[in-house]
Amino acid sequence: MIARLRRIGLPYLLLLPALLLELLIHLIPMIVGIVMSFKQLTQFFIRDWGAAPWAGLDNYRVAVDFDAPVGQALLHSFWVTLCFTVLAVGLSWLLGTAAAILMQDAFRGRGFLRAIFLVPYALPVYAAVITWSFMFQRDTGLINHVIHDQLHLTSERSFWLIGDNSFTALVTVSVWRSWPFAFLCLMAGLQNIPRELYEAASMDGAGVWQQIRRITLPSLRPVNQVLVLVLFLWTFNDFNTPYVLFGRSAPEAADLISIHIYQSSFVTWNFGSGSAMSVLLLLFLLVVTAIYLLVTSRRRDAADA
Amino acid sequence: MRKPPPPPSPMAQPKSFIWTRRIFLTLLTVFTLAPVYVMLSSSLKPLQDVQGSFRWIPSGFTFRPYIDIWHTVPLAKYFVNSVIVSVSATVASVAVAIFAAYAVSRYRFKGRKFFTVTVLSTQMFPGILFLLPLFLIFVNIGNATGIALYGSRGGLILTYLTFSLPFSIWMLVGYFDSIPRDLDEAAMVDGCGPLGALFRVVVPAAVPGIVAVSVYAFMTAWGEVLFASVMTNDTTRTLAVGLQGYATQTDVYWNQVMAASLVVSVPVVAGFLLLQRYLVVGLTAGAVK
Repeated sequence: MIARLRRIGLPYLLLLPALLLELLIHLIPMIVGIVMSFKQLTQFFIRDWGAAPWAGLDNYRVAVDFDAPVGQALLHSFWVTLCFTVLAVGLSWLLGTAAAILMQDAFRGRGFLRAIFLVPYALPVYAAVITWSFMFQRDTGLINHVIHDQLHLTSERSFWLIGDNSFTALVTVSVWRSWPFAFLCLMAGLQNIPRELYEAASMDGAGVWQQIRRITLPSLRPVNQVLVLVLFLWTFNDFNTPYVLFGRSAPEAADLISIHIYQSSFVTWNFGSGSAMSVLLLLFLLVVTAIYLLVTSRRRDAADA
Repeated sequence: MRKPPPPPSPMAQPKSFIWTRRIFLTLLTVFTLAPVYVMLSSSLKPLQDVQGSFRWIPSGFTFRPYIDIWHTVPLAKYFVNSVIVSVSATVASVAVAIFAAYAVSRYRFKGRKFFTVTVLSTQMFPGILFLLPLFLIFVNIGNATGIALYGSRGGLILTYLTFSLPFSIWMLVGYFDSIPRDLDEAAMVDGCGPLGALFRVVVPAAVPGIVAVSVYAFMTAWGEVLFASVMTNDTTRTLAVGLQGYATQTDVYWNQVMAASLVVSVPVVAGFLLLQRYLVVGLTAGAVK
């Protein structure tokens, strides 16, 4: 009897530490966060948040009232984040795919090049992004030195970390950081394509470019399904890049949603409305993920049939 | 370790392909390495070189920045904090992940699928969603019990170890699945318990996977910024936040910032490049499956 209990209980016992930690750090805070979003949680209640009065849907009403300043700012931040994410994910995916395909065949220096391409992925975020912020400095940075001093493309040195240019700067840094991950995944995906497919195609007279279009790209579809989703979620939620690049006050043109919520929570200490915004963000991501998986899976089934 | 397959397309490559490859890969290398070059060259420049217009070639080389970085901000303290936090989080995370992955890989139990899906899906949730509640929970636990999680290294370790946990479990399950079950069954016949089989058979056979997971967990903890910026105070500050100390001074000593960035990057980049063979397989196994 005891032996049987031990046998059934063992897997749960093994899982217990992981479960407890996930509960403490992820699940309970998430539930607390949802509860908080219905409370009027201002700085007076930080030490005893249970005492904060209920707010009903007020926090949500304020967040989605797009005529009032708070809602307007949130909506603006949402659009900026969406544009940023689509651009950054698209470019990262493009660079990753191109590099992976071009490096599919062995050539001299391939291993070395691969190691180099992984460096942005391996560098700690803050070290890499601080370096970029140095490069984007108006008077001392490399970017203006090349564009203005050496190529004379601009009539005067431009600001990159404030104003509208900050969006370009943010996309550049984000692509630099995330394309190696796409490259990694796609390289692994390429290794799974059977060699016979290429042999058969080249026997039929298909050239390299045709092989890429007809065999390589379609075979990568399953990898791409996961890869694009993961990149999208990471980029959409990205906090580190803008936080290190711009500091605590992001310029309006690069006001990503994570930074926006962080600021509106820790600057005004209004955790209730910050939580409401986080919950809205989560709902949006859940809906997008669900639709994405539904659409891509259906298309995959259709392609298989 | 899987060997790289032979080149897939046996056909001779046309000139257009070779030239496209040359040009594209050259441009990509420049893009990738530009920050690395800036970091390295600027860290060896005298101060006047980084205060004027950017120079590709330093006017003179100096190691002064590498000495000064330790005085301008208490970098050594941040470094020690980061090492303590990252190493503890890594060790704990890998240990917890080994047990969990063993259960998922070797046992069929109720809730197995639910567990894997739940744990993995926490990965996609925005960090900002946990940040505010976790901050409040830590503050309130501190008030109620006197256990200081907020502002302490312990709280940060706890947080970081759960960050790498889902991915680590996922990767290890893949590794454990590839180890034949006959091996641990044989060990159990020889009188080992399930845990004996885990530590004498499965763990030694999964060393590459465990190494990969450790590097991943360490990188996650070493590079995290969001929680470090909220959950630490002056004595527990880690490099992620501390490095910004150079930039908030009235004068930014960019040569020192670059030297410090290089110093904090070397351990992770070196580890990553040395172990990339294991990591590449492990990190991508999930996406390819």
